[in-house]
Amino acid sequence: MKKKDRRPEAYRRLTHPLVRDGHGSLVRASWDEALDRAAEGFARARAEHGPDAFGMFSCSRATNEMNYVAQKFTRVVMGTNNVDSCNRTCHAPSVAGLSAAFGSGGGTSSYEEVEHTDLIVMWGSNARFAHPIFFQHVLKGIHNGARLYAVDPRRTSTAEWAEHWLGLDVGTDIPLAHAIGREIIHAGLANHAFIRRATSGFEAYAEEVEPWTLSAAEQVTGVPAAAIRGLAHAYATAERAQLCWTLGITEHHNGTDNVRALINLALLTGHVGRYGSGLQPLRGQNNVQGGGDMGAIPNRLPGFQDLLDPGVREKFESAWSTVIRPRYGRNLTEMFEAMESRELRAVYCIGENPAQSEADSGQAMRRLSALDHLVVQDIFLTKTAELADVVLPATAAWCETDGTTTNSERRVQRVRKAVEPPGEAREDIDIICALAARLGHDWTFADAEQVWDELRSVSPEHYGMTYDRLAEHQGIQWPCPSLDRIEPSYLHGRLWEADPARRGPRAPFGIVRHDPPVDPTDEEYPIRLTTGRRLDSYNTGVQSGSLASPLRRGEMVELCPEDAARLGVVTGEEVRIASRRGAVVAPVWVDPGLRPGLAFMTMHFPDEVDTNSLTIEANCPIAGTAEFKASAIRVEKLTGGTAAGEQPTGDKLTGEQPTGDRIQSATATTAASTQPTAAAGRGE
Amino acid sequence: MTAVPLQPPRRLIEFTLDGEAVRVPEGATILDACRAAGKDVPTLCQGDTLTPKNACRVCVVEVEGARTLAPACSRRAEPGMAVRTDTERARHSRKVVLELLASSVDLSTTPRAEEWIKEYEAKPERFGAEAARMNEAPKVDNDRYVRDYDKCILCYKCVDACGEQWQNTFAIAVAGRGFDARIAAEQDAALPDSACVYCGNCIEVCPTGALSFKSEFDLRAAGEWDEERQAETTTVCAYCGVGCNLTLHVQDNEIVKVTSPHDNPVTHGNLCIKGRFGYQHVQNRD
Repeated sequence: MKKKDRRPEAYRRLTHPLVRDGHGSLVRASWDEALDRAAEGFARARAEHGPDAFGMFSCSRATNEMNYVAQKFTRVVMGTNNVDSCNRTCHAPSVAGLSAAFGSGGGTSSYEEVEHTDLIVMWGSNARFAHPIFFQHVLKGIHNGARLYAVDPRRTSTAEWAEHWLGLDVGTDIPLAHAIGREIIHAGLANHAFIRRATSGFEAYAEEVEPWTLSAAEQVTGVPAAAIRGLAHAYATAERAQLCWTLGITEHHNGTDNVRALINLALLTGHVGRYGSGLQPLRGQNNVQGGGDMGAIPNRLPGFQDLLDPGVREKFESAWSTVIRPRYGRNLTEMFEAMESRELRAVYCIGENPAQSEADSGQAMRRLSALDHLVVQDIFLTKTAELADVVLPATAAWCETDGTTTNSERRVQRVRKAVEPPGEAREDIDIICALAARLGHDWTFADAEQVWDELRSVSPEHYGMTYDRLAEHQGIQWPCPSLDRIEPSYLHGRLWEADPARRGPRAPFGIVRHDPPVDPTDEEYPIRLTTGRRLDSYNTGVQSGSLASPLRRGEMVELCPEDAARLGVVTGEEVRIASRRGAVVAPVWVDPGLRPGLAFMTMHFPDEVDTNSLTIEANCPIAGTAEFKASAIRVEKLTGGTAAGEQPTGDKLTGEQPTGDRIQSATATTAASTQPTAAAGRGE
Repeated sequence: MTAVPLQPPRRLIEFTLDGEAVRVPEGATILDACRAAGKDVPTLCQGDTLTPKNACRVCVVEVEGARTLAPACSRRAEPGMAVRTDTERARHSRKVVLELLASSVDLSTTPRAEEWIKEYEAKPERFGAEAARMNEAPKVDNDRYVRDYDKCILCYKCVDACGEQWQNTFAIAVAGRGFDARIAAEQDAALPDSACVYCGNCIEVCPTGALSFKSEFDLRAAGEWDEERQAETTTVCAYCGVGCNLTLHVQDNEIVKVTSPHDNPVTHGNLCIKGRFGYQHVQNRD
């Protein structure tokens, strides 16, 4: 058996630019040469194929200031709205769902309110591992007397703190939410005064949820009717309640619908717009909230202002002396599709690693390789950077630059330079401006604060946040339109106003339907694979890989004791895991928190086990987020000698037969090769 | 029905501190009032993010009419009370506490211990060399933490930080009773065999350096730890979206320690393993 070396694997910092030479290798270059090559490729793509042949992948890890400049580069220098970031792979459905309901894409509450609420529902969120310090606020709440309900297919370390755990089947969130809504209505617990005054579409909603009786929901979700009823009554009768969710809700092909289904419950009970009552999507990256707020998304200008609003456009056009195209750009998912169709020719990828973070990573690599021109700006030579024509070494935003980031509770906080960057690495904004200059736009920002002040001048929600005030208050939550006032810690208090004019637009119920996962389990792929994070690791492991963690055990496929016994495998034993898209080899970990038919993996060690070669690129049509949370897999026991020799990265279904012995009783004869990529059909 | 009543605004309480009238919010301790009035009362087991266990008794003050000295860190201010911080009796008590602690454990990395010993004219050496219970090599059983029992004063702060006051992991407890009482990971387990999740929140509150980051321990052992050469810069963590504030302690362009501001609304001084230790990636410089 291959013994995994658990010492830190070190991605080394990039210290000088690289360009691809005539022989196809990346070689060291001067900054001038690299910037010339980068700019020239962008100019060529635009000249030959138009502005929409360019796409910007902005960075959810970088500062607000960098995201502001990156989207400005995209819109002003390149003339397109094709700018997006990896929020697409996580919380875009939360933003889409919340803004559809309330006109604003941020979480409605603050961490502190969780300490002073009566009921906390953690839905599809293992915050104990993925957001540990948020969970400390939850624990304070529990110690103060709040009840915690956990809704998750896995009995996670978060669920261990819950009064009740509702272990639903993967992808049945809407039936569960609808059954809760129906029960609240039928029990006479709906807040009709709130519904009448502040919402719209209640009748259609009541009709939509009517078929979801407790027993119907029990059959589909696997959650006992009494437990569903218990949550419904607890939520509806609590004075204050917090509904929190993470990627268990959003990383589905219908993630936005899932989010709407949860928001409906808040509208039904009036658990929004009050201190201690609200909706909290827990964001996965230090600045994924800020990236969107800064306009590094294809449909919004800075300050989350709608691109299609002529007044908004006019303001930015005069501020930037430019013309903004009055149509939404492509989101990350659509940009990847446009690579396939060759409509997208040049990509400027800043601080992202889509080659490993996208669902169906084999397909993502192929599409990136097909680009005419790929410029990657990063602190490491990631797998994505290895595909690039030009690699630009950047600074680590969080400790080598000044600026701000925005957290899950909409708090804009100062990021400060603490260490000097290595070698020739340059700040992101500096690099983008150098490229802009080569493409005819001379922008000079003396420092990050000057960028921020420009943003403040065009974004009313940020206007009151000067750097001085941000330091004084240890961060300020948006909206902050005034220089001498701090707004309440929760959003949408307007919904409770007596005066209809001040109450503003009604919050519509989302009329959404159950739609099971795209990748069905069947006899050949009988196990549902879901993915998530562990405590000591992070995303594709580029950052966390060099943390020497005593907790780390590498990538393992977690199975419940029953499935492990049925397969005849034990903890530590390597098995082959195959989906309709790829196969990997990984050791087993037996976790009694899982149930028969449910397996769990992470994407933290893609260089050892490329979990995303298994996942399906079935995308939410509204937000573009892929269904990372629900793949169908088969787990195969390996016979003695094969484990050591086999590459633990995916043999990408190039037609070769799997090597392992199948012990699954079902039809294992036709190899996975008969199933092309995403056979079950994508949302396109 | 609410189970969690929201707090009404707090009233102000007036009392006399060293002969002068002071006003503090209801619920404040005598120590809060002392600090607000600029009085320097020594503390060890008290931490600004924790409810203290009153274990060390170094902060005692005299409350008029009370039979015994009161720990300023825990005694709440009451209307009309008269408190004296600098009486002979209070000073003598602090002196003895410092003597008992300094004679039995190593206070060399306890901030201000030396200054207090001088101020209160404590003479720990009068108990003789046998008073010391120092004979243990620091425990280094993992890559992140070092536990140096020679420096432990049994203040319980780490127990509380790991327990229900913050982390709720309950890896740290007091094992043994009486003279045999000592802080332990569960029943004296090695850290990697315990429930420890390496958040470092125990180290953040340890007042004596009994718990330390291995990065600091190694630099000290090599004689290279130099706080004069360190800059502290507060920034935001690069991992999840919670937005924890990190204070990076940087020496010679290397991050040597990570803490968090104790008054920060996001963290209250607490971090997880990623925020606390996940910085190495930026320093993998060639």
